[in-house]
Amino acid sequence: MKKTRYSGAFAFLAAALLVLLIGNIHAGSVRLPVGEVLGILAAGPGGGGANGPILWNIRLPRILAAVILGGALSVSGFLLQTFFANPIAGPFVLGISSGAKLTVSLMMIFLLSRGIPASSMALIAAAFAGSLISMGFILVISRRVGQMSILVVCGVMIGYICSAVTDFLVTFADDSNIVNLHNWSLGSFSGISWDNVAVMAAVVGVTLALTFLQSKPIGAYQMGEVYARSVGVNIRAFRVVLILLSSVLSACVTAFAGPISFVGIAVPHLIKRLFGTAKPILMIPACFLGGGAFCLLCDLIARTAFAPTDLSISSVTAVFGAPVVIGMMISRKRERKV
Amino acid sequence: MPDILIDTRDLAVGYGGRPLISHIALQIRRGRIMTLIGPNGAGKSTILKSIIRQLKPVCGAVYLEGRDMARVTDAEAARRMSVVMTERIRPELMRCEDVAATGRYPYTGRLGILTEEDRRKVREAMELVHAQDLADRDFTEISDGQRQRVLLARALCQEPEVIVLDEPTSFLDIRHKLELLAILKDLVRRKNLAVVMSLHELDLAQKISDQVVCVEDGAIGRCGPPEEIFSGSYIMELFGAARGSFNPSFGSLELERVTGEPEVFVIGGGGSGIGVYRSLQRRGIPFAAGVLQENDLDLPVARALAVTVVTEQAFEPIGERAYAAAAALVDRCPRVICCTERFGPMNQANRRLAEYAQSKGKLTMESPVRRAGS
Repeated sequence: MKKTRYSGAFAFLAAALLVLLIGNIHAGSVRLPVGEVLGILAAGPGGGGANGPILWNIRLPRILAAVILGGALSVSGFLLQTFFANPIAGPFVLGISSGAKLTVSLMMIFLLSRGIPASSMALIAAAFAGSLISMGFILVISRRVGQMSILVVCGVMIGYICSAVTDFLVTFADDSNIVNLHNWSLGSFSGISWDNVAVMAAVVGVTLALTFLQSKPIGAYQMGEVYARSVGVNIRAFRVVLILLSSVLSACVTAFAGPISFVGIAVPHLIKRLFGTAKPILMIPACFLGGGAFCLLCDLIARTAFAPTDLSISSVTAVFGAPVVIGMMISRKRERKV
Repeated sequence: MPDILIDTRDLAVGYGGRPLISHIALQIRRGRIMTLIGPNGAGKSTILKSIIRQLKPVCGAVYLEGRDMARVTDAEAARRMSVVMTERIRPELMRCEDVAATGRYPYTGRLGILTEEDRRKVREAMELVHAQDLADRDFTEISDGQRQRVLLARALCQEPEVIVLDEPTSFLDIRHKLELLAILKDLVRRKNLAVVMSLHELDLAQKISDQVVCVEDGAIGRCGPPEEIFSGSYIMELFGAARGSFNPSFGSLELERVTGEPEVFVIGGGGSGIGVYRSLQRRGIPFAAGVLQENDLDLPVARALAVTVVTEQAFEPIGERAYAAAAALVDRCPRVICCTERFGPMNQANRRLAEYAQSKGKLTMESPVRRAGS
């Protein structure tokens, strides 16, 4: 019975992803009918007439980025929730995304002012460093205060500080390329190249595989640190691994698409309800699929709602994600009272 | 198989390199239950945490069959020792069976997928703790007593040789306390397990333990079978309790006696007086009790609560001397309560005492039937 539910849930996610993929290819300022799309795809990159470049150079990379980064963000959120034993932990609320945003801006301004183009790996490295610095702050605070709500408030504060500094830098950096930086710092999947996609696919793919191999200790850790240790988990090493994995995932997202809010909390929550379990061996692939689908939907809306103007992806994810988070907190509060 | 599974030698435990308790020498044996008792904060949990390697010993070491525990791998330790701790856990969306199954961790493969064999062992463990009906229930929605049993099943899934439990009865009501300890006792007998635990309830510790270890402030006090530990006034000293008393034969506690000039004389015997003694104590009325033979059921409570007790030797009829002493007390007290209506050859003097009080207009009868509330 459980098995049927799990396969049903996976089938639902895969179908949702597929439908949204098609929708995203189809919709936009230039509508591409399905027949034409197949022709363009068959013709390969460079071919396919006037609409070929639109599909090959703009839509496909953007769609793939949304799937990969959305998935990475959800898995990162799932890992952080397990780590802090708190359902509202996530890379955005804990200030980890904003820390990455700050270091990436610094890096871009530094490189751009010297006329050096910023490579994908350099951006990821900068974002990773920023994530770890924010994470370090959060860990120090979590040692001092046991209460999770305070931790989240501290995370939000760290996020504000980092954003303020980033805005300051962006405002005063005088370079025409800063326009891009400004768009990026609000969060967007636009302007992603095939090179970017290749790098993010490799980084996220490897990290995801490593995360999946950790599903056994992650499952043990859901029972709390003492029990995890007593069944043989090397807690110290495991905590380091978990922090590194979740930081790489969220850093990769921030490096390419800027900070994206609420996906990391809302998607794992919805996926857990859908599956009726929190088993990491199911949650890791399911959160990835769910996060991909969620971001495709949000990006579709961001692109088309007020076309030709793109909305920032965060404004859309917030509209969908925040109510989920609020609903989750209210229902948890009610459960505790009973 | 060596009898001693775990022992500690010159162990000192504490936090941050500062010893809280030193010179700990414990021997944990297969098929035995060892219980740590002692005041809160004395360090029972600290000792247990050091045994399960959650805390590093400040000095000395814990040995598993003679090998330093610090050199035993995590995987081996997990297959031989499991724990039930006091921290309340709230795992998300986990059924009780899932919780128990987390104990299979040391035996499953890289991804932790359960085999048919693992599932069978989980079911067995759930049956051993009588929790098979809870298998599909959500762990956060069951009662504290059920939760402790599921956590015990989890510990059993590790197929350990020793189980360490930190105050396993803390949140439980009396029925679940007894149930859990009965299961534990049964497991020890059937599986030749070693058990180390800390308990708050002295009466239960006295009854379930093969070995009792008294953790005083900063040191291990007495250590031995419960018959040795629970004798005389040692328990009161251990807890630094100056008020009230502990009855070593029954493991029961009495509150502090009310002192002063006795206002009531209670004629008891054969267990009939206990309720009245306690009720007078509660109302803050100093009283005298008598005449009780040294082997009377009422005597320990009378001794603990009455200002003075008139006694006679065991198995002897109440003699004239005791009667005279009691009659003198009846004269001094404004009221006399007689708790018994049964007078045989051994307590004829108590009947005379009651009649004497009656003649003085002081007597109240306290029928045992009425006290039982029927």
